[in-house]
Amino acid sequence: MLTDEAGRDRKAPEPAKSVTNPRRTGGDLVQLLSPSGERISHPEFDLWISDVSDEQLCSLYEDMVVVRRIDTEATALQRQGELALWPPLLGQEAAQVGSGRAFRSDDFVFPTYRESGVAYCRGVAAPDMVKAWRGNALFGWDPYRYNMATQQIMIGSQALHATGYAMGIQHDGADSVSVGYFGDGATSEGDVSEALVFAASFQAPVVFICQNNHWAISEPVTLQSHVQLADRAAGFGIPAIRVDGNDVLAVLAATRVALDRARKGGGPTFIEAVTYRMGPHTTADDPTRYRDANELEDWAAKDPIARLKALLERKGLLDEQLETRVKAKADEVAAELRSGTINMPEPAAMDVFKHVYAEENSWLERQKDHYARYLESFSGSAQEGAL
Amino acid sequence: MSPAMIKEFRLPDLGEGLTESEILSWRVSVGDTVELNQVIAEVETAKAVVELPSPFAGTVAALHEQPGSVVEVGKPIVSFEVDDAGAAPSGEGAAPGGAAGADEPKREATLVGYGAAVEKGGRPARKARTFATPAAAPQEAHPAEAAAAQAAPAAVVPAPETTGERPRSTPPVRKLARDLGVDLTRVPGTGERGLITREDVQRFAAGSTEGAAPAAVRPAGEREIRTPIKGVRKYTAAAMVQSAFTAPHVTEFLTVDVTAAMELLERLKSNRAFAGYKLTPLTLAAKAVLIALKRNPTLNSRWDDAAQEIVQFNYVNLGIAAATPRGLTVPNIKDADTMSLLELSAALSELTDTARAGKTTPEDLSGGTISITNIGVFGIDAGTPILNPGEAAIIALGAVRKAPWVHNDELAVRQVMSLSLSFDHRLVDGEQGSRFLADVGAILSDPGMVLTMV
Repeated sequence: MLTDEAGRDRKAPEPAKSVTNPRRTGGDLVQLLSPSGERISHPEFDLWISDVSDEQLCSLYEDMVVVRRIDTEATALQRQGELALWPPLLGQEAAQVGSGRAFRSDDFVFPTYRESGVAYCRGVAAPDMVKAWRGNALFGWDPYRYNMATQQIMIGSQALHATGYAMGIQHDGADSVSVGYFGDGATSEGDVSEALVFAASFQAPVVFICQNNHWAISEPVTLQSHVQLADRAAGFGIPAIRVDGNDVLAVLAATRVALDRARKGGGPTFIEAVTYRMGPHTTADDPTRYRDANELEDWAAKDPIARLKALLERKGLLDEQLETRVKAKADEVAAELRSGTINMPEPAAMDVFKHVYAEENSWLERQKDHYARYLESFSGSAQEGAL
Repeated sequence: MSPAMIKEFRLPDLGEGLTESEILSWRVSVGDTVELNQVIAEVETAKAVVELPSPFAGTVAALHEQPGSVVEVGKPIVSFEVDDAGAAPSGEGAAPGGAAGADEPKREATLVGYGAAVEKGGRPARKARTFATPAAAPQEAHPAEAAAAQAAPAAVVPAPETTGERPRSTPPVRKLARDLGVDLTRVPGTGERGLITREDVQRFAAGSTEGAAPAAVRPAGEREIRTPIKGVRKYTAAAMVQSAFTAPHVTEFLTVDVTAAMELLERLKSNRAFAGYKLTPLTLAAKAVLIALKRNPTLNSRWDDAAQEIVQFNYVNLGIAAATPRGLTVPNIKDADTMSLLELSAALSELTDTARAGKTTPEDLSGGTISITNIGVFGIDAGTPILNPGEAAIIALGAVRKAPWVHNDELAVRQVMSLSLSFDHRLVDGEQGSRFLADVGAILSDPGMVLTMV
């Protein structure tokens, strides 16, 4: 069935909407790699990835494939009852690996709950990424070991932590950089606004990486903002880069530009990485209830991994040896994740008191004592009584 | 040759504190070999429809729940027969805190419903694989099996020499053999320990056909194209089925002389006010529908089964069926009844441009109150359109074509068009549907009639 309203040979009248709605005003999208894997030259950003060797391209590819595999395996583990929840990152591999690979080890990263790809680049072991999702610990890793804070569930509050940490770097006189990740929805939160205000006021060495994956759970980004998200930064006096978030080279270049500015005392930068959350918000969400299937198809055509793979093919780098190596690595990490998850030791009941206060105190001691006696009351008869 | 054991998969809490889920469908059958993480079922929770990946590699030993059943979290839904070696691909045996063998109850890691996680280890007791010969008890065969056997080609009916041992195969393979009319006792098995595989049966069936019919040469893979059902196609199918089987459809037809309307269209096109606007028979027909709806509001309503109410809308969100590169979509024009002909024309253009560009939003697609489908652009005259789910009526516009017609009591060549109206008979009676269709026809055959209606 069809209407022939949209004639082929004549112009349709200009819809009144486009005149009154300034929805699309932002700068050009930085893209160095087209969806078909074609390397696009850029007068400014080419310089920033001129050192990326063939070997590094292959390694970026490997990381993205491994990260996707971690995501798939963790999703399966949740469906199998091994995890309570998992926030998939399918589709955002380039935005995470491209930025995650740009940092120095002394830079400090403040992620959301979805930055498993960044965590992988920081060296976090896959089972540690799911520890909190299994309910076995309050957090999965030691932040100071990887210079990466643990997963933040509150929307946008880590932007404040990032700015605060950056102000600390200033006081120390160091040249490391603080990085705050958040999503499109978080830009509507007060915390992010405050973080941007303080970062600009103090010209703090912080990079804000906003992965615009187009959906804040079920709210589309067009509802969140009538201007492009990168344009919001201008209101705070923070320079912004709008980059194709499914282009790992463009994200890498943009992150390096921002890090360099921060290290040299140039203050904060806001990066909008335009990407797409191809899966659900979390494993407890069903995106088909609010999202058009067409949209997913459009974005599948811009897949971040397929595009780098196409570049490797064009350059003749994608041989059997590389594919075998990458697959073996992904298999190995997935098996490590599965085994580490299923065999994860359950926490002791008294562990709940461990991370409440920095120092012991009498009030806590009393609670511990009460709880221990309560647990004691189960011993003996409980074995038969409770299943 | 590692010993096998049975592993149960208990329904996990799939979404932050759910206590139950509904099994929608099984993607595997008993006897199927599954890999780790292979999708085995589709399950609907209160929050989402999700696919369940298999936690084991092995063979499906039993499905404990039927599709459609609501299962409590923690209850076993499927059992697998797994090799000891394959039982714990993750090295479960190395669990800290002792020998977490198969006999050890393991707590289900769910937020609620920590059911009793008793896993039965060891090898299942099995009977020896000796059966009566198939020919010995034909009368006792299951009716369906008997029917299938009768339907099988005569060539394979004579029972061959039987050995008293049923050939080793799996239930799906046995079913395939039955469907293809292949006697398994004659099929050599190439699988492990003589297991007859799907390929063996297919090869045998192909072989026996080759003998009978001279080869029709067609390269393999060209006889059919299989496309996964997903995206717009899947959505459309579900909507059509839902609509066709919940709303009792009635379709009425009316063929009208639209010569006057076509002349009006020509005059409007040369009118300055309409310069730059696209005017087509659809534009006028849409306006006619909107005018006729004011007089026949029953057609602009909805059967709310949940509330046991009929909802009559005081506004019209006019749906227009559009063929897009991805398939059928029915975006609607919000508050179309408040629009002038000019505005309606612009809205129709925008709607179709958006649909063709594939940019139609879910919002554009929801909230429609009545729909038009313009099958005339394909040169078709009439059909029985299926209601857009939730709507009470849909009208199909046929092609405008020159035809012999009785005009002023004489036979003349006139421009005529067929209108096909389907309506939901639960809330629209024949009288109301007929009056509405007659009104639309009256406007299109004599646009001046509008003066008597508004």
